[in-house]
Amino acid sequence: MAKKASSSSPRAARPHAAHPAPMPAGARGEQAGQRQFIWTRKDLLGLDELSAVEIVHILDTAESFKEVSTRSIKKVPALRGKVVALMFFEDSTRTRMSFELAASRMSADMLLFTAKGSSVAKGETTLDTVRNIEAMGVDIFVIRHNQSGAPHMLARHVKASIVNAGDGQHEHPTQGLLDIFTIRQRLGRVAGLKVAIVGDIAHSRVARSNILGLKKLGAEVVVVGPPTLVPSAVTAMGCTISHSLDDVLGEVDVINMLRIQMERFGGSLFPSLREYSRLYGLNSQRLKRCRKDVLVMHPGPINRGVELTSDVADGPNSCILQQVTNGLAIRMAVLYLVSRGRE
Amino acid sequence: MNDILIKNGRVIDPADGLDAVADVAVAKGKIVGVYPAAGAQAGSPHPKKAAKGRKAAKAKQVIDAAGKIVCPGLIDLHVHCREPGHEEEETIASAAAAAVAGGFTTICAMPNTHPPMDDETAMNYVLQRSAQAGLARVLPVGCITKAREGKELAELGLMLEAGAVAFSDDGDGVASSSVMQRALQYARMLDVPLMQHCQDPDLIGGVMNSGAVAVRLGLGGIAASGELIMLRRDLELVERTGGRYHVQHVSSAGSVELIRQAKAAGLPVTAEASPHHLLLTEAACTTYDPNFKMNPPLRSAADVEALREGVADGTICCLATDHAPHAREEKELEFGLAPFGVIGLDCALGLYAKALIDTGLMDWPELIRRMTINPASVIRRPYGTLAVGAPADVTVIDPAANWTVDVSAFTSRSRNCPYHRWRLAARPVTTIVGGQVKFAL
Repeated sequence: MAKKASSSSPRAARPHAAHPAPMPAGARGEQAGQRQFIWTRKDLLGLDELSAVEIVHILDTAESFKEVSTRSIKKVPALRGKVVALMFFEDSTRTRMSFELAASRMSADMLLFTAKGSSVAKGETTLDTVRNIEAMGVDIFVIRHNQSGAPHMLARHVKASIVNAGDGQHEHPTQGLLDIFTIRQRLGRVAGLKVAIVGDIAHSRVARSNILGLKKLGAEVVVVGPPTLVPSAVTAMGCTISHSLDDVLGEVDVINMLRIQMERFGGSLFPSLREYSRLYGLNSQRLKRCRKDVLVMHPGPINRGVELTSDVADGPNSCILQQVTNGLAIRMAVLYLVSRGRE
Repeated sequence: MNDILIKNGRVIDPADGLDAVADVAVAKGKIVGVYPAAGAQAGSPHPKKAAKGRKAAKAKQVIDAAGKIVCPGLIDLHVHCREPGHEEEETIASAAAAAVAGGFTTICAMPNTHPPMDDETAMNYVLQRSAQAGLARVLPVGCITKAREGKELAELGLMLEAGAVAFSDDGDGVASSSVMQRALQYARMLDVPLMQHCQDPDLIGGVMNSGAVAVRLGLGGIAASGELIMLRRDLELVERTGGRYHVQHVSSAGSVELIRQAKAAGLPVTAEASPHHLLLTEAACTTYDPNFKMNPPLRSAADVEALREGVADGTICCLATDHAPHAREEKELEFGLAPFGVIGLDCALGLYAKALIDTGLMDWPELIRRMTINPASVIRRPYGTLAVGAPADVTVIDPAANWTVDVSAFTSRSRNCPYHRWRLAARPVTTIVGGQVKFAL
């Protein structure tokens, strides 16, 4: 049965300020007695630039958008009349579809750009491509690009909102947010948790957004992998480093297993997949040494048998599909907030 | 009668140890003499010179330099003129114009053009275009290796005869140890400096300094060790061959120390530092603005500190801009895709003064030494001095012009400059090349 549609009008996609979300002490304090927080950013470029309060605000907003997907008519008019251009200069399946569905559910008009066979393939620069599409009247650009900082460059030159959907090896803020959202949902809090991020930290935008976001919300982060994949300077972001997965298994609440990008770095950064999997793969023997309720995450796509064995990926500790589900709510929240920030 | 008399300026000629209020007389393209200013206090230590000075007071053109610094024309050992190949970014003539606007009377043109300048024809071409422009003297630097490929020696001897002042594969270091050894043997025979862009090509793989900032930005790092490894190797080869060796755009504290030790050991080593490495750190890259992307990259605050100290104690004896023009559309690309380099000729002097004088590290005579007689002696040219009979290359500097850098007003054809809207104190106001005023503010 459809819910009390009257109490939440179709316009009701408004964040509940009083949502009882767990917040770190610092974030709470910053809000100075829970005054209504006002989102002002027109862009979402990364979690690096966000405060804890802003991150929590996105999570809370996503919480209210999650409800939309449970309705019989899964649509709100929050972005009706707005144009969202999904600019995928780099291939992506789940992030693109997640943003597509998020924009549809918000009633936005949508343009989809993929680099293959496009003007970029004909030699047009990223900036020219985006400027041309902006001239058609775009409100929000969602940018996926293989160059770190591409969304930041675009944000300097265009008036529309820019949402970073993954830039090179820099950040993937909506992935970071959906991971943190999932952790909060499953474990009830973020502050005080210990999170291990395992794998190719050096080249991972997922790792950066997770480290930055988790640290801001008061979690402890340990990054795990061989030194060729874990730059020592990453500790400047507030995490610690371990080269041994076995050493950290027993002490963490969450294990986020990053994808090994075999297509990108074949062979040169570690000796073999076989060895990598033996040293840093999560299997049922290792899972037994973890806390019983340890949360196993993966941003996908999984290389089954490399980062995770199938029994772990599909087992009760895994929240991999929940991450994907939550991604939709996070992206709806982000599109909604940046469009408001622009006004 | 003299052609030009520059009166009442603070005349600084480090080659002669001179720093006094005086008049500089120029005739027939040469320095005629430097005389105690007519209005100088009585009891001048040089009564004879003073008498001569009164005679010299007659000139076709008199420039009042009261309150200004008068020094030998500035020399820049490291300029990318982009001609031939990228004339939309800069030409020999436009670089020469930007040079005189920046107080430079002599600049050295790097050979990483398209095609690379690796033969005598190219040397002649630069000299001819320079003469046609008739602004700053543009002196050619030839490639060390054919086509700048790092494989076979270019015709160093023939290029030297045609007017090359040095050799460099700038943009890349000479990776092969055997090629570099042969090049240094030739450099020894020809008594000419090899200018090396120290960077192990196998270790580059990035776009900014490696470290915490690069990791946070998700940008590939260029570690200082890539500079050090090539420098260490080269110093070993310099010791074996005795060839003269000049380290371009030193960027790291470790290199400063290596050069200091090499000089102490008596090796024929000189070095230069660029304005950006003396003023900016890797932190500037956080906005992903490609105007802060250079090679070697901006490094840490500790490196900047060490570099400034190295310049102050003479380890780094020359200041050179590494003026590297790029088209606007190239610098509007993503940070990772944009080319390396920034321009600097138009505002270099003010930048150096900010980095080295405003910080109390040195005084004007020492700064001017590193921009005149020191680079002149690297390329063994008779410039950089106000000695009687020397070519009349003179720069008049207002040390307290207090101006704002406006990139749109630059003489260079390109605009890729990270200093837009910076407030600077010093600025050249008159530039004289070969006895002719080529720039006057």
